[in-house]
This record gives sequence, C-alpha cells and structure tokens, in this order.
Amino acid sequence: MEDVIVVRDLTKRFGHFVAVDNISFNVKKGEIFGFLGANGAGKTTAMRILCGLSRPTSGEAWVGGFDIRHESEKIKKNIGYMSQKFSLYQDLKVWENIKLFAGIYGMKRNEIASKTDILLKELGFEKEKNTLVKDLPLGWKQKLAFSVAIFHNPKIVFLDEPTGGVDPITRRQFWEMIYNASQKGITVFVTTHYMDEAEYCDRISIMVDGRIEAMSSPKELKREFNAENIDEVFRLLAKKSTRKEI
Amino acid sequence: MKQFLSFAKKEFLHIFRDTWTMMIILVLPVIMMLLFGYAVTTEVRDTNIGILDNSRDEISKRLIDKLDESEYFSVVRAFNSNSEIEKAFRRSEISLAIIIENDFSKKLITKQNPKIQMIADASDPNHAKTLVNYASGVIAQSLMQESKANNPSSLINTELKLLYNPLMKSSYNFVPGVMGFIIIIVCAMMTSVSIVRERERGSMELLLASPVKPITIILSKVTPYFCISLINILTIFLVSYFIMGVPIKGSIFSIFLLCIVYILVSLSLGILVSTIAKTQLVALVISAIILLMPSMLLSGMMFDISSMPLILQGIAQIMPAKWFISAIRKLMIMGVDVRFVFKEFLVLISMCFVLILISLKKYKNRLE
Repeated sequence: MEDVIVVRDLTKRFGHFVAVDNISFNVKKGEIFGFLGANGAGKTTAMRILCGLSRPTSGEAWVGGFDIRHESEKIKKNIGYMSQKFSLYQDLKVWENIKLFAGIYGMKRNEIASKTDILLKELGFEKEKNTLVKDLPLGWKQKLAFSVAIFHNPKIVFLDEPTGGVDPITRRQFWEMIYNASQKGITVFVTTHYMDEAEYCDRISIMVDGRIEAMSSPKELKREFNAENIDEVFRLLAKKSTRKEI
Repeated sequence: MKQFLSFAKKEFLHIFRDTWTMMIILVLPVIMMLLFGYAVTTEVRDTNIGILDNSRDEISKRLIDKLDESEYFSVVRAFNSNSEIEKAFRRSEISLAIIIENDFSKKLITKQNPKIQMIADASDPNHAKTLVNYASGVIAQSLMQESKANNPSSLINTELKLLYNPLMKSSYNFVPGVMGFIIIIVCAMMTSVSIVRERERGSMELLLASPVKPITIILSKVTPYFCISLINILTIFLVSYFIMGVPIKGSIFSIFLLCIVYILVSLSLGILVSTIAKTQLVALVISAIILLMPSMLLSGMMFDISSMPLILQGIAQIMPAKWFISAIRKLMIMGVDVRFVFKEFLVLISMCFVLILISLKKYKNRLE
C-alpha cells in the first residue's frame, strides 16, 4: 500500500512554546488514522500544517504526494476538511451548501446536480433539499457536512473532532459513513475525544505535549500497555503530560 | 471567476436572508435622511423671544415689529422688568431676550450709540450663538433703514449675499453627511462583521483549507456591500433631490466617481478592522467607536471643523468621511469642476492604498 501522508521530524514553535515537537508518521491509502491527544497536545496544530493552513518551523511532510512547503495549492485540491466547529452555512439551503463547496473544488455544474440527488437519496434527505441547514437537527448537519467534505472525492479527508456533541446513535451512523469512505479508497485522518471511537480506527497515534508517545493499531496498543481499552492506554500516557490545558 | 461568482452569490444570500441586515441596509438611510431633514435641524425658525422695551418709542416699536415679522423669530412676551425675563427663561417660554435701553430713538438720532442687550439661553451654546447672530442681523438691517430715513448721507449699505445655499437650508449640509455615514456603516462595519463572522464560526478555516484563494474570498465578501452602497447612494440622492429639494449642480459622473472612491476606502477600512478583530462584537465596537462616531462628529457633518480644538482638527484630517463630505459639497452643492476637488480625490485614493497595504501585511502575518 502506498503512503498518502508522510511526516518527517515535523516541528512547530510559537515563540518559546513548542506546539509540535519533532513528530514523524506515515498514513496508508484508505486507512482510518485516529489522531488522539488531550486539549493542547498539539494535534490541531499538526493537522492545520498538513492542511496547508499553517507552516511548520522545521521538518517536512507530503500529503497526497505533494510537499506541504511548496505545493499547498495542490494539496488543497486533493483533500477534504471538516471540523466540529463549523458544519456548513446555516442560512443556506442544503443544496446551496453542496453546490457552493463542490464548486470550490472545481466540479462541473451537471456533475454536481446529478451527484447531489444521489447523495440526498443515500442519506434519506430528499425532502430536505430546500431546507435551510439551520433547521436540520445537529446529527443531520454533521452527516451532511461529512458528505460535503468528501463530495469531490478527495484523496484524504481531515476530520477535526467531527462527532462533538452528537448523540450515540448518530455517532454510530457517522462512523459507518467513515467506513464507507475508507472502503472507496479515501484516507481518513480523524481527531477525536471519544476513546470508544478510537477503537474503530485502523491505527491510532497518541500525542502528549507535542510528541507522539504511542502509535499502532488499537489492538496492539492495548496489548503493549496491558490495558482493557484505549481509554486506559490514553490515561496512562496522559499522566506524563507536564503541560497545562490551554 | 466561477468561484468568485458562486461566492458572491452566497454573500448576497447571507444578506437577503437576514432580516436585521436587510432592515439596516434598506431602512436606515431613509430614516436618517428624514431624521436629519425634519428633526435634527439647525435652522432658526420662529424661535420664541421676549422683549423689554424701556424706550417705547416709534423706532423701538418698528424694531420689534421687524423681529416679529422675520421668519426666524416670533415675539411672544413683552416684559416690564428684568425680573420677568429670568422667570420666562426658567419656564422655557423664550430662548432669547432683547432689552432696549431708555431714549432709544433720541440717542440714535443724536448718534449717542444707543444700546441693545441680548440675553440668550446658553445651555446649548451653539444654538445661543446662532440665535444672537440672527437677531443681530435683523436688528442691524432695521437700524440701517432707520438711519437711511433720517440721514441719507451717512449711508453704509451692507448687503449680504449667501452663495450656493441662499435659503440657508440645513439639508444642503447634511445630505453629504448622511451619505458619508451610511457608507461607513454598510462598507466598514457590516463588511468587517461579516468577515469576522466567518472566522468566528470556523468557516474561514474550511475555506482556507480549500483551493479557493483568500483574495477571492475577500473580494466576493465585499462585492455585495459595494453594490448595496451604490443603491444606498442612489436612494439618498433621490430622496434629497425629490423630497428635500437639494439641487445636484455638479456633473453626475464626477459625483458618482467620488462615491465609488469613498466606498472603496470604506471597504478597505472594513477589511482592516476584520484583520484586527477576533470576534464579531469587537469588530462592531471598533467600527462604532473608531469609525462611526468620528465620522459623525468630526467630519464636518454636524460641527464646523475649523472651530474645533486643534487636536480634534488633526483627527478630523484622517477621517475619510471628512474628505468625502468636503468634496461632495463642492461637487454637488457648489457645482464646481472636478479639478477643484483633486486634493480630496488624491487623499481618498492614497488612504485606500495605505489601508489595503496594511491589511495585506496583517493578513500575511496571521497565516504564519
């Protein structure tokens, strides 16, 4: 399997504060890669660098085969991005949101139209095509946001705590969508707070104070740390932290 | 281009679907025009005055009649003593009292310089000053006629001619002011708030992680506000021309050009505010305190700049509204040629460039 994300000795400093401290890892095509860490551990900073939103202080990385230092424009065309904070424009209708974001990624108009209908059918949202997003329940919004993030069929989708505040049933459905995407060959890079969700990932990395302290499959990690579940592994590692929560 | 269009369309949708925004955009200019046109007028009209006539002769009576006849004053009280004057002021019956001394006619004829005293309610100093000026004018004119009748040889005929605004209508003054103000609200305040909103809600992050260029985002963001400002300008012109009777003397083309330059300055102000402010509230407060208030108070719209303290005069020089109002007065009311407002154009255009440069710099720093 080819590596779609390659990170080598990546460091990001803000003044004296080292947010990301010399991390290295690879993510394979179609993999669901869980990026775990407490608040302030540096996972968001690292993810922002990979998305081209921020520049590293040192180190190098390739995303989808493109160098983050020189080819961020090409990277942006090949990734999808979704964060918990923002799920689509509230005062735009469902189809308007889809059209807007699909347009940004350069999809043709008729392609957008036909794919929109297919998508809404899959989600069971046919009736909501003309609904304003703010009138949808939160769980629906998140599902729609994820669908929009992978609508243009990116190589990699970055999910920043995508299931925050969502009820367990919707979370379950959401993860089914993630599995489907991964089966289609889309690599999923996901940060999460929920340790049960970490168990669904193919591989996870756990960041503590800007460094990656553990990285393996959930099964391996549990064995290595002799733990019942990932939550326990996480707690054992998080104890090492000397950083205050930001 | 396609990206730009779909983004601009999205911005229009944001505006159209927000009732409050629509209200501000459509109703505010009209309300402000009506407010300034009919409520906040600085003209003197039928002000109540009282008179203590100690002389009670022919000339003093004629003088009082003259005051009463004028459109500025109406004489509502004739006092018998000084103490009555104070009472009348306390009861707010009058805003100005005029005291004519003994033997007024006699002194006037024998050239002993008779005295007239004016007492004004100076709790509003500007208003008091205006009243005294108007009253002095009426009295001087009246006495001039008297002296002409008595002694035609000592004729000093001063004639007052008011250029450009012969009727002293305050609407000539505030129409440019309202334009300057509305554009700051729409372009600087609403634009900055709408950009900061995207950042606050997290959508800016998502847009920056997409292939769309930041310049496209910003341009599409300001386009709707640009269009709306043009519509506002048009509304204000129509209301002022047809309802308030303010003439448009200069060339429409140069007025239009000036408005566009001013709109661009205001938009770049809005962009600059959005690079500084982290939340919508901060953007709102910055625009209101640093942009709106000075545009209203220091731009020459309400108060004369040349009579302000030096430090405020200095601040007034960096307000875009000041230059816009000065130029549009010249173009619209005086009807002068464009080359006479060259300085204003130059200042506004340079402001625009400087603001955009600073914004770009700030923006770059943020990305690092």
